[in-house]
Amino acid sequence: MPEEFEPRIVAFFCNWCTYLAADLAGTSRIKYYPNAEVVRVMCSGRVDVQFVLKAFAKGADGVLIGGCHPGDCHYQEGNYKALRRYRLLRRLLRQMGIEDERLRLEWISAAEGDRVRAVINEMVETLRKLGPLVKSDAARAHLLEVA
Amino acid sequence: MKPVVAFYWCASCGGCEEAVLDLAEGVLNVADAVDIVFWPVALDFKEKDIEAMDDGAIAVSFVNGAVRTSHQLQMARLMRRKSKLVVAFGACAQLGGIPGLANLATAGDILREVYGGTAPELQFTDNGHTLTLPKLFDSVFPLDRVIPVDYYVPGCPPSPKIVSDMFDTLWNGQLPEPGSVLAPDHAMCDECPRRDSRPQELKLDRFHRVQERVIDPDRCILAQGIPCLGPATRAGCGSRCIAGNMPCTGCFGPTSRMRDYGGKALCSLASVVEGNEVAEIDRIFEGLVDPVGTFYRYSLPSSFLERKRLE
Amino acid sequence: MSEPFGPVRIGVYICHCGTNIAATVDVKALAEYADLLPNVVLSRDYKYMCSDPGQDLIRQDIRDRQLNRVVVASCSPHLHEHTFRTALKVGGLNPFYFHMVNIREQASWVHESRAQATRKAKDLVRAAVQRVAFHQPLERGRVAIQPDVLIVGGGIAGIHAALTLANAGKHVFLVEREATIGGHMAKFDKTFPTLDCAACILTPKMSAVRSHPNITLWTYSEVTKVDGYVGNYKATVLRHPRFIDESLCSGCLECIEACVYKQAKVNDDFNMGLSKRRPIYIPFPQAVPQVPVVDPETCIQFKSGKCKTTCIAACGDRHAINLHMEAKEEQIEVGTVILATGFQTFDARRAPYYGYGKYPNVYTALEVERLVNASGPTAGEVVLRDGRRPKAVGIVHCVGSRDENTNRWCSRVCCMYSLKLAHLVKEHTGAEIFNFYIDMRTPGKGFEEFYQKLLSERVHFIRGRVAEVTDWALDSSEEGNLVIRVEDTLAGFVRRIPVDMVVLATGLEPHADAPEVRRLFNISCASEGFFLERHPKLAPVNTFTDGIFLAGCCQGPKDIPDTVAQAGAAAAEALALIDAGYVETEPNTAHVDEERCCGCKTCISMCPYHAVAFVDEIHKSRVNEVLCKGCGTCVAACPSGAIRQNLFEDDQIFAEIEGVLSNA
Repeated sequence: MPEEFEPRIVAFFCNWCTYLAADLAGTSRIKYYPNAEVVRVMCSGRVDVQFVLKAFAKGADGVLIGGCHPGDCHYQEGNYKALRRYRLLRRLLRQMGIEDERLRLEWISAAEGDRVRAVINEMVETLRKLGPLVKSDAARAHLLEVA
Repeated sequence: MKPVVAFYWCASCGGCEEAVLDLAEGVLNVADAVDIVFWPVALDFKEKDIEAMDDGAIAVSFVNGAVRTSHQLQMARLMRRKSKLVVAFGACAQLGGIPGLANLATAGDILREVYGGTAPELQFTDNGHTLTLPKLFDSVFPLDRVIPVDYYVPGCPPSPKIVSDMFDTLWNGQLPEPGSVLAPDHAMCDECPRRDSRPQELKLDRFHRVQERVIDPDRCILAQGIPCLGPATRAGCGSRCIAGNMPCTGCFGPTSRMRDYGGKALCSLASVVEGNEVAEIDRIFEGLVDPVGTFYRYSLPSSFLERKRLE
Repeated sequence: MSEPFGPVRIGVYICHCGTNIAATVDVKALAEYADLLPNVVLSRDYKYMCSDPGQDLIRQDIRDRQLNRVVVASCSPHLHEHTFRTALKVGGLNPFYFHMVNIREQASWVHESRAQATRKAKDLVRAAVQRVAFHQPLERGRVAIQPDVLIVGGGIAGIHAALTLANAGKHVFLVEREATIGGHMAKFDKTFPTLDCAACILTPKMSAVRSHPNITLWTYSEVTKVDGYVGNYKATVLRHPRFIDESLCSGCLECIEACVYKQAKVNDDFNMGLSKRRPIYIPFPQAVPQVPVVDPETCIQFKSGKCKTTCIAACGDRHAINLHMEAKEEQIEVGTVILATGFQTFDARRAPYYGYGKYPNVYTALEVERLVNASGPTAGEVVLRDGRRPKAVGIVHCVGSRDENTNRWCSRVCCMYSLKLAHLVKEHTGAEIFNFYIDMRTPGKGFEEFYQKLLSERVHFIRGRVAEVTDWALDSSEEGNLVIRVEDTLAGFVRRIPVDMVVLATGLEPHADAPEVRRLFNISCASEGFFLERHPKLAPVNTFTDGIFLAGCCQGPKDIPDTVAQAGAAAAEALALIDAGYVETEPNTAHVDEERCCGCKTCISMCPYHAVAFVDEIHKSRVNEVLCKGCGTCVAACPSGAIRQNLFEDDQIFAEIEGVLSNA
């Protein structure tokens, strides 16, 4: 693992809860690691499993999905769909050799600015220890065989 | 002058060759209409015959099977050079196919499993003669990962109608946009004989494997708790598996609006389960014993992740 | 990628936001970086993009440089997405050819390293540039606004909003859970700082509500279900049975007099349990509606069926009492809703060190309001539970406020009402009054002057947080008294002050059922549990759900002047919608690509709004764009990608993901 590996996280935040919480962290000037970049969706239920896989394929070391707490979804039930997809996707990722810690589904309400900081920082620290998703140049070598 | 065509097979089971023969009497029409210059399963032409041809001399090459050895790579490139059009024929060429599940392992894993400690040597010289074996790659690739592909014919294997439609299109019809899949661009449910029995409010509370229950031949298979990938799979096969009272396993691959077949299929199937609590949801999914095998049976190499993470 | 009129031409604008962004993100480098991205024809940085000159830049560039896409990197889209979309529209471009990048709340304000924040901003801008190329022109739909208004809560906030709207000619449904309107204000004796009699200023408004032709008043009722969207809400109101027919009752109250219970035995909630009432009762004499209620839990006729029902006899030939009345459900259609559900007071038992419930002479502030009130349980005499009249009274500030162990916030009104109670109790009893405070919060008009007045009335003010109220006497001078232990921080030592009566200035909290109510109306709660406003400064009465407004303490603790002002503001917001006649819908709805739909019906079960229906004739699904709220759940669930979502297309999101990771 390179000396200063900084993990890249793609974060899918729902517009009403988690995105607002991240904005609240901003207005409160709460500081956290800059490793996560947010893709905004209206609801965590919009997060297609293909998005998560694409993020990993394109170089994300971790993917974070943020939605409203169960029972509080702005659109009633979208977050439950996200939860179900997430539980099955975890098992598929395990079969593909991707550790559980790399995909996180977190419930963060609009009032929980500090939780955005806590979740992102914790995820960054965990991923720093786990290392990059693509372990080394050898891991890309299989592509060179057909280049 | 009759158009010149060629057939080649890479990492394949031979089923796609059978699929052409499945045209039955129709294959005679094909044989009449074209000049087949290469078909290892059926005819005695050699690779050097192809090498000797001019570039682009072959009108259409139908290549089935996935690419996972150095020889297949070499042949794919050769067929591409010598052909005006290359058709990726069958699920293996289009998506990686069932051999693609080897992407859960490496070449080393496979050789160890099969040969124990001794892997075959790639080169062996004896008595002045040198024998070579192709190199087994760590990964399986769909055809378009190694050469540009003009058209795709889906299926494992492609159904007779799809094959005969393919010949019609290539010979008699207007050529569709390059890169097209020569099959309808919507999912299978529309053609499924059981489509009307699928309820509007489907909520599954468990999954079963096909051997775990007697499947009602008149009802939607997914509604009976057996994972059927028909809703996620391109139509055109004539629902032969359904007619045989078995669920669709997705061999016709994705529609044009899906980018990662297994991911989309998983996303959709997971959405129709009951359960709002983690424990309940996990229990329901216990019935799906092998997510990769279920959702990426034919398409692992063409997925976003392509293969299991390498060390 | 091409458009009918040519290739994609993107203008990128990087906002400095003064130093808010520019101090941490290298805006010039960001603009230079953006200039080199594919399809970008110009890239600028500017001090304040949301200002008029900033928006002018966009409008000019659209015309002069034939831009057909715009990206602005500045603050949160929640703040200015609308501003910039309007700028595009004025500039002649479809407003949805716009995408906004948040490099302030989610970059410059939260990261310390300039290099890192700039790197992140570059990734986000790149993502936006790649995404916006896939944007399509979209049109907003229009939906008519139903002119009726539902106001939930009949305290001073609900009453004021209802009267304002009714006077403007709008029909209002005012739904109140209790048997009377008036809320907490009806329990107060006098209001600060003018010492107006609360009932005197409240009851005329309550009367006005009762007699206003545009107000349908439903007391003893609750909203149980809400469906719909701005302009078209359908609500179900459950009307609990009073067992007295409002239309027949004349308000003579003889039924109460005639009740077989000669001695009242049931705790009177209006008087905070300090007196008793009969099973048939009216909450207070000026209740609106002036109709009694029968309490089925305590009425003999309900419990045993064997009462002489003298009440019915007393009602005579008006026949207003109907003990077989049933609950009734009403369905109403309104365009807007104002929530004015108020607050509850902090339960003083959660601070057991103050002895409430343990020592009979420890009171809450609301209980004391009833004691000093002429129509209260003791006719305005301050008589303690043990019959004594107090000679020394301690008023403890900040009970359940500004406290890490209970509620962290300041309840805003307690200092003022504690001063008021100090004055009133002193006036009624001549006792020595001690106020124990942490800070004296008297910010309003006339408030500081009121404090000065109290100082001149020889009320003692001790700056210190009361540690404990105890009846344990240290010496004989403390026998028989309650002792308040407090550190007098200005004097610098701990004191023990014996008093006869302790008044706890309990704070304001959200109602215990606020979480259920907010789910009913699909709004959010803030971290303390009060309803969440859309923006604390710029939109304090709006919520994130269009058409639902807030008024009064349900949004946060405040006094009566601020409550009335906010109620007026909420009424104005509702009026603005109603008089506009229509509201524009967001276009980020889903739609089915009917050529691709295979009729698998997966989407049908995804939608809680029933916005997706199956059309049997063509064996395909179809989305009703008016019902669709734009969550995108069905879009992700569609197994073959046949449903798409405007503004959140797969193409757009994939492009954004690739853009964010392009340097990974």
